[in-house]
Amino acid sequence: MDLSQALATFFDESRDLLAEMERILLRAESGAPAGEEMNALFRCAHTIKGSAGMFGLDPVVRFTHEVETLLDRLRQGELVFSPALVGLLLESRDHMADLVAVATDGGGVDASVESALLERLRAAVGVPAATPAAASVPALVVAGAAEVEVEASGGGPIGNDCWHLSLRFEREVLQSGFDPLAMIHFLGSVGVVSHIETVVDALPDLAELDAELCYVGFEVALKSGASKAEIESVFEFVLDQSRITILPPHSRMEDFMALIEDSGEDKFRLGELLVACGSITENELARALAVQQAVTAPLRLGEVLVGQGAVQPAVVDAALARQKKVEERRSSEAKSMKIPADRLDALIDQVGELVIAGAATQLQARRANQRELQEAASNLLRLVEDVRDSALRLRMTPIGEVFGRFPRVVRDVARELGKDIELTISGADAELDKSMVEKIGDPLMHLVRNAIDHGIESPEQRTAAGKPARGTVSLNAYHESGSIVIEVADDGGGLNAARILQKAVDKGLVSAEANLSPADIHRLILEPGFSTAEQVTNLSGRGVGMDVVKSNVEALRGTLDIDSAPGRGTTMRICLPLTLAIIDGFQVGVGPATFIVPLDTVVECIELPDGAAGADYLNLRGEVLPFLRLRRVFAVAGDEPPRQNIVVVRFGGRKAGIAVDRLFGECQTVIKPLGRLFAGVSGISGSTILGSGEVALILDVAQLVHGAAAPAGAKVLAHTPAA
Amino acid sequence: MSQTSMVVAGGGAPRVEGGGGRQYLAFTLNHEVFAIDILQIREIIEFGTLTEVPMMPPTIRGVINLRGAVVPVIDLSARFGQGSSAVARRTCVVIVEVAGGIDDGAATQTLGVMVDAVNEVMEIPAEDVEPPPAFGARIRTDFIAGMGRVNGRFVILLDVSKVFSVDELATLGGLAAGLAS
Repeated sequence: MDLSQALATFFDESRDLLAEMERILLRAESGAPAGEEMNALFRCAHTIKGSAGMFGLDPVVRFTHEVETLLDRLRQGELVFSPALVGLLLESRDHMADLVAVATDGGGVDASVESALLERLRAAVGVPAATPAAASVPALVVAGAAEVEVEASGGGPIGNDCWHLSLRFEREVLQSGFDPLAMIHFLGSVGVVSHIETVVDALPDLAELDAELCYVGFEVALKSGASKAEIESVFEFVLDQSRITILPPHSRMEDFMALIEDSGEDKFRLGELLVACGSITENELARALAVQQAVTAPLRLGEVLVGQGAVQPAVVDAALARQKKVEERRSSEAKSMKIPADRLDALIDQVGELVIAGAATQLQARRANQRELQEAASNLLRLVEDVRDSALRLRMTPIGEVFGRFPRVVRDVARELGKDIELTISGADAELDKSMVEKIGDPLMHLVRNAIDHGIESPEQRTAAGKPARGTVSLNAYHESGSIVIEVADDGGGLNAARILQKAVDKGLVSAEANLSPADIHRLILEPGFSTAEQVTNLSGRGVGMDVVKSNVEALRGTLDIDSAPGRGTTMRICLPLTLAIIDGFQVGVGPATFIVPLDTVVECIELPDGAAGADYLNLRGEVLPFLRLRRVFAVAGDEPPRQNIVVVRFGGRKAGIAVDRLFGECQTVIKPLGRLFAGVSGISGSTILGSGEVALILDVAQLVHGAAAPAGAKVLAHTPAA
Repeated sequence: MSQTSMVVAGGGAPRVEGGGGRQYLAFTLNHEVFAIDILQIREIIEFGTLTEVPMMPPTIRGVINLRGAVVPVIDLSARFGQGSSAVARRTCVVIVEVAGGIDDGAATQTLGVMVDAVNEVMEIPAEDVEPPPAFGARIRTDFIAGMGRVNGRFVILLDVSKVFSVDELATLGGLAAGLAS
């Protein structure tokens, strides 16, 4: 029996539910949630408790139960939302997350935290702390306690006050990762199991018995004040496949008869079991069986119920609601599914192969000079390229996945620092590669914390400066020229250039005489061991912050820019390539080699004027355009041809030219990372496979231009082919 | 005993076998015969179009397209410090799989190795494998997993994990690129 897979699903689901709780609670801070949201909040806690119970995760169940009780009181309108209550619920949510995490990875939680939270929860509910009854008997007083009241109008109510549950699990229930025993245990959380009869009639001979199948059924008498829906929810995950019949207390004889009829088992045997459970008496059974003998066609359960109009309306509603929920769950499952990343990568590789093979076919078709063949081949190629585009899109994830966790961070950090801060998020739907989404989280977290801690001033300072007391931190993402730009901006005091310079001089990072531009000074905060915070807080300011962010971003082949204006705020701009995306490329040739320039950096192409042979700049309609010669930068063997071309590129507000031998034109390009052996190569961002099957390198225009502009660039240009 | 462990250190999954030897792919490089444990070899392809990567040391000859994957090609002659290989009619690229570097996400790294010619697959019994000589071979001693005795001559059995250490090659590449810029 492989429980781990079902458990993994539980953990995934719990994480989603916890995230949902957090989202609702954060919104609750600005206004009490209305009906549907309140219900959703309650449902989250309820589902976590239910699922945890099924896996026997008692710590989660115990604690969540208390949270649920409080949420229920709120839902009933018996309590009202207050900021303190929201805070308590948020902390409780975190503790639930911890408990779930402990169940996942092992380890332990701080028991004192739990008991303190429990005490506060109970105090909030209004139950005196440490009342054993409150802890052990779940007082699930959920809406519609009246549902339990059965219309006892129909003929022959049975004289007992217990629910009767008839459980016949599907054979494979254990293999699906569910433990009937755990569910029966969990029944204890909705009521008291007063009697259980085990039905072993289905057990085969030992020789045929498969130890991994579930042959036994149960007849359970349950004393409970819960509604049918709640009892049913215990079996939520197996309802579809198993035969679970739940009869309310004081059910009519017909229902029991229908149960007996429907079971397809020996009716006298089952009748005895029911008697044993105390659900019906021997007399009642005898009477019923006699009546039944008289009726030629046995009534079916549904007919009995409908015919007598005696169905509990609430039960039907609950059943309908459940059905709807199951449908919804199915449809949301259909909307997204999890796929191992390596399978996706394999698919993308194969499709890439297909594109190349398609291109080769087209080439052959053209040579064969057959019109029909050519047409078929180009149709095929077009379709294959569509497939490739779709395949590539599979890996793209919206950045919102990362942004989603920041509202909470901002709230907590701002509260801790006594600042009033609003977070605005835009561009959450900008997509980038899944692997990048995972890796950019930590650097962003650092930047956001920095913005709150160092960027935004205290409310008093802000008011004094004539700014609104409430500060704003904004997260923004957008696509620009083949990369994704992520901005973390604050409207705080901006960077204090004088103080940064002073500090840098003190720390020996720069000499006092250095003549630095404001932008250069700002970049000093990215140096290792630099921190301007006069006071070391536990949030940031340990001086390990920004240089780590910078190296993380650079590890992703991205850049980090700082834009700051005194008194108006700071914007940190992360620019990342969209690895593994397709980019539109522009193919150029130098000697025998082919290179790809990302098309969105290309402004125009011009011919290199004869006169410019010596200098590395030219006159572009009156503008001075510096250019670099790719042949020299990359030390490509051979002589420069008499006629060269210049590709004019623009990146980061800078314009430059790249001299190449030949221009080939546009092409769609699948970026293939070059791997670790080539990590040190500057000026190349990756590679791609051309239609001919040849590998071409993709130029990193930003690095090339920066490299040429920096003093070290002179060396690059002077570098002569050594090999 | 020491001989056997020497070969196991040469990499590859240990094989359970009834006293037989291991199979090796023998190839020629600069008129000398070397061999690699066949378990480390994925395939052998003809030397075709290769794309040079600028600012790389001669050891890293370039990249090729191996059915949609971009695979680095190592110039073994340059790796041994014997100058770059010239491409001839029988030049082949042997595709090997080696363990990924220390901080690589991937478990294995696929590399192409340029050799002058591929000779044969031969079986060398464990008792015919001698430990590497302390000196005298023309290549670094730690590159040698053992010396196989075949027809009265010695064949150098290469230690793939050392010769194609991803960490070492990456450092080489980084150094060369750093010097160039």
